[in-house]
Amino acid sequence: MSGGTYLVAAGCTINDITGKISGLCTAKGSIHISINYPALVPFFVLGGGALVVLLLSAVLPKRPYRGLWAGLTVAAGVGTVVDGLVQWQQLNGSSVTPVTLGDQLFYDHMGAFFAVLFGVATVAGAAISDGYLEREGLDGPEPYVLMLSCSLGAVLMADAAGFVTLFLGLEILSISLYAMSAYHRWRAASGEAGLKYLILGSLASAIFIYGAALIYGATGSLQYLGVVSFLADNALFQNGVLLGGMVLVIVGLGFKVAAVPFHFWSPDVYQGAPTPFVGYMAAVAKAAGFAGLLRVLMLALPTLESTWRPIIWVLATLSVVFGSILALVQVDLKRMLAYSSISQAGYVLIGLQAGTAQGVRAVAFYLFTYTFMVIGTFAIVGVLQGRGEARNDLSAVRGLASRSPWLAGAMLVLMLGQAGIPLTSGFLGKWVVIEAVLGQGQYELALIGMLGAAVAAFFYLRVALIMFLAPESPGAPAGGAVTLSATGGPGAATAGGGPSDGGPESSEPGDSGWAAGAGRAYSGSDLQAIVTAGLSARDRALALRPPPHTRVRVPAATAAVIAVCVVFTVFAGVSTPVLSWAHAIALPWSA
Amino acid sequence: MVNAAYVIVALPLLGFALNLVFGRRLGEPLAGWVGTFAAAGSFVASLITWVAMLGKPAGMRVASLNIFTWVPVAGLHVNTGLLVDPLSLTMVLFVTGVSSVIHLYSIGYMHRDPGFDRFFVYLNLFLFSMLVLVLANNFLFSFLGWEGVGFCSYGLIGFWFQREVAAVAAKKAFITNRVGDVGFLIAIFLIFDHFGSLNYSSVLGTLVGGHPTGLMAGAAGAIPGSTATAITLLLFLGAIGKSAQIPLYIWLVDAMEGPTPISALIHAATMVTAGVYLMSRVAPLLHYAHATSWVIASVGTGSAFLAATIAATQDDIKKCLAYSTISQLGYMFMAVGAGDYADGLYHMLTHAFFKALLFLGAGAIIHALADNQDMKKMGGLARYMPLTTVTFGVGWLAISGIVPFAGFWSKDAVLDSVWQMNKVLWGIGAFTAGLTAYYMSRQVGLVFTGQARWREASPALAGAGGASGHAVGGPEARAHGPEAHGRGEHEATEPGLPAPPHGGEPKDATWTMSLPLVLLAIASVLGGGINFTAFGHFDFLNRFLSPIFPYATPITLSTATKWTLSLVVLAFCLLGLGFGLRTWRTAEHPALEPVFLRRAWYWDATVAATVSGPLRAAAAALAFVMDSRLVDGFVNGVGTVLGLSGRVVRRVQTGYLRTYAIGIGAGLIAFLAYVTFRVGS
Repeated sequence: MSGGTYLVAAGCTINDITGKISGLCTAKGSIHISINYPALVPFFVLGGGALVVLLLSAVLPKRPYRGLWAGLTVAAGVGTVVDGLVQWQQLNGSSVTPVTLGDQLFYDHMGAFFAVLFGVATVAGAAISDGYLEREGLDGPEPYVLMLSCSLGAVLMADAAGFVTLFLGLEILSISLYAMSAYHRWRAASGEAGLKYLILGSLASAIFIYGAALIYGATGSLQYLGVVSFLADNALFQNGVLLGGMVLVIVGLGFKVAAVPFHFWSPDVYQGAPTPFVGYMAAVAKAAGFAGLLRVLMLALPTLESTWRPIIWVLATLSVVFGSILALVQVDLKRMLAYSSISQAGYVLIGLQAGTAQGVRAVAFYLFTYTFMVIGTFAIVGVLQGRGEARNDLSAVRGLASRSPWLAGAMLVLMLGQAGIPLTSGFLGKWVVIEAVLGQGQYELALIGMLGAAVAAFFYLRVALIMFLAPESPGAPAGGAVTLSATGGPGAATAGGGPSDGGPESSEPGDSGWAAGAGRAYSGSDLQAIVTAGLSARDRALALRPPPHTRVRVPAATAAVIAVCVVFTVFAGVSTPVLSWAHAIALPWSA
Repeated sequence: MVNAAYVIVALPLLGFALNLVFGRRLGEPLAGWVGTFAAAGSFVASLITWVAMLGKPAGMRVASLNIFTWVPVAGLHVNTGLLVDPLSLTMVLFVTGVSSVIHLYSIGYMHRDPGFDRFFVYLNLFLFSMLVLVLANNFLFSFLGWEGVGFCSYGLIGFWFQREVAAVAAKKAFITNRVGDVGFLIAIFLIFDHFGSLNYSSVLGTLVGGHPTGLMAGAAGAIPGSTATAITLLLFLGAIGKSAQIPLYIWLVDAMEGPTPISALIHAATMVTAGVYLMSRVAPLLHYAHATSWVIASVGTGSAFLAATIAATQDDIKKCLAYSTISQLGYMFMAVGAGDYADGLYHMLTHAFFKALLFLGAGAIIHALADNQDMKKMGGLARYMPLTTVTFGVGWLAISGIVPFAGFWSKDAVLDSVWQMNKVLWGIGAFTAGLTAYYMSRQVGLVFTGQARWREASPALAGAGGASGHAVGGPEARAHGPEAHGRGEHEATEPGLPAPPHGGEPKDATWTMSLPLVLLAIASVLGGGINFTAFGHFDFLNRFLSPIFPYATPITLSTATKWTLSLVVLAFCLLGLGFGLRTWRTAEHPALEPVFLRRAWYWDATVAATVSGPLRAAAAALAFVMDSRLVDGFVNGVGTVLGLSGRVVRRVQTGYLRTYAIGIGAGLIAFLAYVTFRVGS
């Protein structure tokens, strides 16, 4: 988009630097809303997609074609991705932040970036839901309608230029997610998850809208740009109302991104909600919440930076620390991933805490790569758990390396990615985020982030190790390991096997002793002790149960999603295009 | 057209991936053909790249192709890319060429092996890693290839891992190489510390518009002599490990436990020459490190001589060739030490041809004799295996340095430059040349002439029924493997291979195995032609390589001196040849096989007694004290504390909404309380 004055409607021009409208439309009595239609395409695509699915479901017989609803949803998602990319191209080179639809929406790089992200999540989410819903006997148009409207809400949150629009997006997103969480009709946990999410979500929404109201009360504007220009022009004599409003808004959005201490809902909901929806939710709700938070804090309230940065600091620290530590003691895979995603949110908050353009770009990169990792992971969990989500415990992955090596390999990459091991996108994500706070001299936060990553590596690698345990352990059954640890704790369990094997007296003469010794250094029971370190006795037994005997069946669409997620995780970790793309986000407000 | 270099690397990777995923389904022989075509395609791509390079003027033949940049943040730019220049191109051409031939040979050799597809997975992966090693444009990427070839070597030595000897040999190779790799790694750190980059072009200089830049141009004071010496010595430590020189050569002999095509490809022609390549690559650094040059030349000479003496007493046909490889690699290092890199590479090329030929010939013999590797139990094979005899004979004359075979020219060139450096080293080198001719003639004598001793040794072959299957491969032969192994004088066998289908007498192998022999024999005859330094303008290789070795020491000997030296060395060789052939028509000459030589100067035993034993004890003690007490204790302690705190904190997660709401409320109130202190500020 070039600078200067251009025509928006017949006889009406707008200057895109000053935003001044001139021409016929300024005539008395004329109400003109400037609309930049390209900015609205994602809404048309997603909303239109939802409507098409609804209408078709009313017209077509009950079970028309297998995969039709998922296909339509994937199409809408692809449309959103394409449109996001087109928007990005159009916006290249523009240095201002154009607002559209009566100043309610931004049309900028960040919006386009997040539109792509949500489109990707929709495509992947719909593709993995198809097989799952088929298996659970829940196939139908409803979840896809909900998913599309949820994505619409998410795009709205990322594009919002004011608190009302943000709230509108938040509610569209939230209500869809409540229903999706409760969607598994014959699984009580799902209903409970939906209800808990709904009640706590409503509380959070109330807090958010109250905060928006307070900010309006203090500044007289609901638009970010209005707020910031008011604060730039006026020095508030008493800013208590404004600060209070800011805190309430942070809490409301902090709930959505599941930052500690507003995270309580997430383990219960992640555990109960249908698995593919959880993957979708973890990606979309988090990204949308952060997009909103980024805009509010960086765009509307930059003048309060010295106040909100410590708050975010606390949220980030708590999330990283508690997310990691609590994930350590989980034996339910989905619960563990819930805490892991809390800790991942902590890293995003670290990037946000930097309060710089570099931080914002780091956050965008982090969220984009996390989308692939989390959806891929939940896709795998979804196929492993079996019909009726029978097995969600850690031991469901036991021996996966021998049962289904490809799936185990994919899971390994995704686990390494989330743990932030080099050559994966997770490593680069953590790197850029920590680099951003280091740029601000926040050494403590960087240190906390790195220590948190070290703790987190443990529970991710635990999953990886369990996958490589033998499905059954004839010499040391699960019960044996439990007895061992119950009497002596993990240290004793390891030491018990260690010294006698490693001591000089037992090594055989000749080179062969070396091999045998190395083989014995980590015998099956030792490995089990390592795998279950930190768990309580009862949980150990759970984590070491034999895996289900059923064959793992991976639907084609799910397999494709997993493959793409894995490839992307490696691709974005070893090459630069994705990182460069995130770094190219033009951020006019930070200038 | 230079972009064909991408294809050179990509094809083996593709072949590797295909065989990894579909190998089992492709089965035999399709998996082998996939691998072979990947290698051959890579060779064609190398030729295309080479022709494209020849089209440019001599000084402009450098191209850098970027693959990707990793971590473009905080000053650490790791550009991964390919560097195509005369040096890497020379390496690539012979690596892909020899490798294609050996891939083809392996199809026949690995026939009916249960691990057929796995073999080609490794083989393609090896080729890929080797190409990465020589084509990489920086030290780190090269190191990746360096480790990659090491890993494949490990996997292929231990290919028949069910046999303990093979598994132990694989481990020995791996660990010995680690010692060298430490040197390589520290060198990389030093280089980064001094130059702030790992790219060859920024560290070593490059050619810009036909003129050398940076270190290559001899930028004054670019690097202190001590730093250059330290870096090159550390790199040479890596080279010693990889190229099996004194004192890290032991692994190469044990590596003969691997299938014979592997011995030919990895442990004779390509991987073991990586050290020579590395030292030639850092030639601009060596120019500032005279001490290192001396170390290289001395170690090379010592290895050449020592290994040749041992080779003269070995019974195992492959071990004999392995010691010969160590000896010939010594010659290459002599040339590098003397600053005559081009002739070092020249000898590397010709050696690749004739040594691969000898190994493949040995493989055909072993195959024909139902896995007998003991030369004392061979003899008189010339009558039964004419093609093998002729091709092996060509290899024998080539390595013995007989005019006009390839080995003569390259060894001559190497010894000329050594003469110029130091007369004593030359003397040892010339004597070793004679020794080489002797032990190779001994081998030829034992294997091809005299009595057919294999009739008693392998009754199965003679059709007399299996009274004592002593040297016949198979599980029963393995039983005595481990204890005999330490003495290094038993006949290792290659079980896993079925006895040849024909029950009768040994004969030449199938065409997939014979064609490579013929091709390599032709190369061993004509290979010398790539660099006739003796006759005016036929020194193609020298001229091709000279732009990137601006500091190579020029040979200033007069023609008369050259001729004299050649004739002296040739006389040594003929003497050794005649003596060897005459003596070894019969198998028993104990006086010529002193025990200390048969046991390789007791070096293996010394290492086992002085290093391995105490080291093992120390490692065990460390494992006990450090690892299980300190490290494990700490890790477990942290794990326990974290787990405990997690279990305490999780009690907050009651499952009741009211608790959750209180949590949210508490957080909200805490933050509100905080901002009340900031009101007005």
